[in-house]
Amino acid sequence: MRIELEKRAKISALFSILSPFIAFLLTIIFGGIMFALLGKNPVTALYSFFVEPLSEVWSLHELAIKAAPLILIAVGLSVCFRSNNWNIGAEGQFIMGAIAGSTLPVVFYEWQSPLVLPLMMLMGMLGGALFAAIPAFLKAHMNTNEILTSLMLVYVAQLFLDWLVRGPWRNPGGMNFPETRTFAPDAILPELIASGRTHWGFAFAIIAAILVWFMMRYTLKGFEISVLGQSERAGRFAGFSSRRMIWFSMLLSGALAGLAGISEVSGAIQQLRPVISPGYGFTAIIVAFLGRLNPLGIIAAGLVLALTYLGGEAAQLSLGVSDKVTRVFQGLLLFFVLSCDTLIHYRIRLVWYRFTASDLDRSR
Amino acid sequence: MGIVEAILLSVITAATPLVIAALGELVTERSGVLNLGVEGMMVMGAVCAFVATQITGSPYLGILAGIVCGAVFSQLFAFLTLTLVANQVATGLALTLLGLGVSGMLGESFLGMQGIKLQPIVIPVLADIPFIGPLLFRQDIIFYLSIALVAGVHWFLFRSRVGLKLRAVGDSHASAHALGVNVIRTRYLAVMFGGACAGLAGAQLSLVYTPQWVENMSAGRGWIALALVVFSSWRPWRLIAGGYLFGAVSISQLHAQAFGIGIPSQFLSSLPYLATIVVLILISHNRRTTLINTPASLGKPFVPDR
Repeated sequence: MRIELEKRAKISALFSILSPFIAFLLTIIFGGIMFALLGKNPVTALYSFFVEPLSEVWSLHELAIKAAPLILIAVGLSVCFRSNNWNIGAEGQFIMGAIAGSTLPVVFYEWQSPLVLPLMMLMGMLGGALFAAIPAFLKAHMNTNEILTSLMLVYVAQLFLDWLVRGPWRNPGGMNFPETRTFAPDAILPELIASGRTHWGFAFAIIAAILVWFMMRYTLKGFEISVLGQSERAGRFAGFSSRRMIWFSMLLSGALAGLAGISEVSGAIQQLRPVISPGYGFTAIIVAFLGRLNPLGIIAAGLVLALTYLGGEAAQLSLGVSDKVTRVFQGLLLFFVLSCDTLIHYRIRLVWYRFTASDLDRSR
Repeated sequence: MGIVEAILLSVITAATPLVIAALGELVTERSGVLNLGVEGMMVMGAVCAFVATQITGSPYLGILAGIVCGAVFSQLFAFLTLTLVANQVATGLALTLLGLGVSGMLGESFLGMQGIKLQPIVIPVLADIPFIGPLLFRQDIIFYLSIALVAGVHWFLFRSRVGLKLRAVGDSHASAHALGVNVIRTRYLAVMFGGACAGLAGAQLSLVYTPQWVENMSAGRGWIALALVVFSSWRPWRLIAGGYLFGAVSISQLHAQAFGIGIPSQFLSSLPYLATIVVLILISHNRRTTLINTPASLGKPFVPDR
């Protein structure tokens, strides 16, 4: 048996909508098989992984808290990926945004004012954007591969944060724990609704997604992004500069990742620690693809991936499975998303047998 | 053993996995496929090698398990990018993410276990040469393999007919296809070789470099290997120079601490990553030479017309 691809004359509208759902379904089937192999009842396991976290108000809040950074980062990444700029260092930009924004509550902790919070958010965006400016500059002016440089900088950012919280920024009254002082009330992102912990970060995520969706759909900039992404040559004939697009997409995604970082630190953790992210920057890559690089799709995809984090914790508690299951689920999901995208551009045929010239001769 | 010898030995141990993983990726990229999943295949190799060694008690079976595991795991990537023509960059990332997740799960019950270190093979006579002997001829089998593989791949790519076909596929898949070369099969095999090498490199990490299993123990080495391929301009022998340079940078923190140099360890730990960036800039800032050296079909999808 062989698999043959036949290019569709037009991309399939049906499959552009269906493919993320098929991918999710396949992930669940494979997840069930995996649970069965681990000796768990797949139905109860999948139930506690995907449904239980949705059944209580507090866990819905946790879902929104985890979805916020994923959506914010993924929206920025979608602009990058659409314009063919492979920023995969969002994790580092997230951390640098968190650090930059935390300067106020950690170093200038005595200064209390309603201005602190907005300034923190701005500095967070700036920090993320500046950190993304390094691979942007290197790609635009030094012809250096942005995939490798942006990823290398993730390790640098993680080590820098580690040094800060163990060294100069360590809480003087914190019993030598590697963490900064906890933020003053003025520096904490308020809760969005009264029923739970969801903070303003979630609102930022939704607003960012809608703004970027509007930009992609209705503005010249959005058109420029798609044209340059699909064909740099065509873009150049239209007078678009791919160099400027590198700067634009990288700075935008860096700023959004930085905003995600400072929102997470200010809203959910309320201090800096050696590790402030369970890999949001990398998971957001999956979110971006599951949302088919469409900001509105990304909102839904962000919620799904946030659910895998909660499901992992829930499965660990109720089934005793390792919480590493989450990473496996996320990896599987991306695999299936990418393979299902093939259906959009190609018709897939399973060829059991293929006639050849010699068959024709024989039949004569 | 003098201090210089000790330092050089640790450089060799740190460099070997980089050279091997980069060599595999070099062959993959020469066939026109960009596999960003090296990190994932490497960490899968590391965990499989460690687990197999623990179960069987033989590190040699561990090495074999690492190689097979890397090769099999790479075929997931091959199926998606070659048969289903999925985006190579995204699929490579998916392979890395999946590898990190699956290896974490497989290795969980082996965390903190005392590993079995691969013993060196002493080559008679040569091992008694002063200075060079202990460095080069009292090494483990993976080191010898790394050198043999570099020589072998060089011969294969530039002196053999099949190697010529592989390079043709990487430079222009349409022409190679028109000449009757099976592009897809060539690429499947090249990806598999890359996976096997990454698995072997991972086995070196969990059997030689630090004989134990630690989650994410590849720590970005797969990505550094990708940078090394660019550094080498896709020529096997240059990988040895690049690999040993990076090996030296990455162990500098250990020795700086031993000498009591007062730089925070985090800054020293970030040196290999910063060095990678600097080297990439130096190699690629000249647009024209980069263009000449890069396999022309690298990363481009191929759908045979029928």
